[in-house]
Amino acid sequence: MRRAVVTGIGVLSALGLNREQYFEGLTAGRSGIAPITAPGCTGLRFPNGAEVKGFRAEDHFAPKEADFLDRFAQFAVVTAREALRQSRIQWTDELRENAAIITGSCVGGQTAEDQGFHDVYKLGRPRVHPMTIPKTMANAGASAISQEFGITGPAYTISTACSSSAHAIGLAFHMVRSGAVDLAITGGSEAPFSFGILKAWEAMRVVSPTVCRPFSRDRDGMILGEGAAMLVIESLDRAHARGAKPLAEIAGFGMSSDAHHITQPSADGAAKAMRAALRDVRIDAGIVPEQIGYVNAHGTGTTVNDVTETAALKLAFGDHAAKLAVSSTKSMHGHTLGAAGAIEAAATIHALGSGALPPTIGFNEPDPDCDLDYIPNTARGSRIEYAMSNSFAFGGLNAVLVFRRVSEPRA
Amino acid sequence: MPNDEITGRILAIIAEVQRRNPAEVTLDSTFEQLGIDSMDGVNIVFALENEFDINVPDDDVKKLGSVREVVEGVTRLVEMKAAS
Repeated sequence: MRRAVVTGIGVLSALGLNREQYFEGLTAGRSGIAPITAPGCTGLRFPNGAEVKGFRAEDHFAPKEADFLDRFAQFAVVTAREALRQSRIQWTDELRENAAIITGSCVGGQTAEDQGFHDVYKLGRPRVHPMTIPKTMANAGASAISQEFGITGPAYTISTACSSSAHAIGLAFHMVRSGAVDLAITGGSEAPFSFGILKAWEAMRVVSPTVCRPFSRDRDGMILGEGAAMLVIESLDRAHARGAKPLAEIAGFGMSSDAHHITQPSADGAAKAMRAALRDVRIDAGIVPEQIGYVNAHGTGTTVNDVTETAALKLAFGDHAAKLAVSSTKSMHGHTLGAAGAIEAAATIHALGSGALPPTIGFNEPDPDCDLDYIPNTARGSRIEYAMSNSFAFGGLNAVLVFRRVSEPRA
Repeated sequence: MPNDEITGRILAIIAEVQRRNPAEVTLDSTFEQLGIDSMDGVNIVFALENEFDINVPDDDVKKLGSVREVVEGVTRLVEMKAAS
């Protein structure tokens, strides 16, 4: 059986316009949360969001190209480019045919759709822009990556709300591990800052009027974010053969569904996905919970999520939960919905490689119902071998990834 | 608007959103008795905001646990609106 490694990462987030800025922001414990600036997004009960600041389509696309892509699809292409540059893939026709593109997005091209609805319903115009459908479809990012790089293998998009890109990465990992494809570009992108969908989030009453403070007793909700992350995954043998430097190994992937409630999470369902991810690790014939040193939590900052996730960690890890380092980087880059699994996978890989575990910022006071070690406010140096990244979606769909630090090269 | 009328409209809306027989919804009903979870609570408040043209703050919604609390809170907001 093959082993699968990550050889390239691209990130756009509220912490910056590339991978390096993102990693620097995480380790510094910097907040990317600020007043929402997207056009028309005013008068909401929540003033703040985690937008990708300074992203201009014209810096990345010819005007004609940009016309065909919603912001979320632009994010997908830009991060795929960055990941592929780092991986130094040399394309051949054969590789293009044996490469997969698997992306995740929760809401797709909302900006384009919202604009179309605004035109017909509000302005009473008789027609909407003819590109509204292809810009809105959730697979627009995957299709644009395929076109740009001439990749002709399997390409598709998964939409499982806030687990979308964790499911995408997990399935890409399984395809590379099984030998179904030689290489995969996988991750997710989201750009939900348009007025219509922000009003829908406002109506759910889960968005913080202040900032995101996961696991802190005074937390008051999530903060919406936008962004993207893409990973290049290939087999360890292939990476070695071409002299590429693996950034981390993808070791396991677990999924579960709560069969419980459309919005309320379930500790039991989340714990099932964590256990499934541990069982899926095939290196050294499986690993035990005690081998996990860090968990990048789903950690949305809502009252219910954080208590439930804490309970789930205890169910899955038993006594070891008290020794785990856990943090929610959503406190810095916001909740990027369908991109969250990928953006947080990137944070987890960086934590393994750099030995700097990112903090949960805005952590003001412990909550008796959230009594684990959440790496409050300041990054922590720690050399660990295995780390986990949790994603739990509305609808009770859970996806958990396990990553392993790449051993030091032998002298 | 007399308070009895406001109360009657609120009880009717709670019954409608919860798909309950209106006779089951009284001032003394708890959310538990009516099977109202947090998402149902948000749906009920949405319907009440539309019915009375009021805005209920997020913090207040989180504190609601009984029909009486809903009636008192909404009545207060309706009266404040009438007075303004």
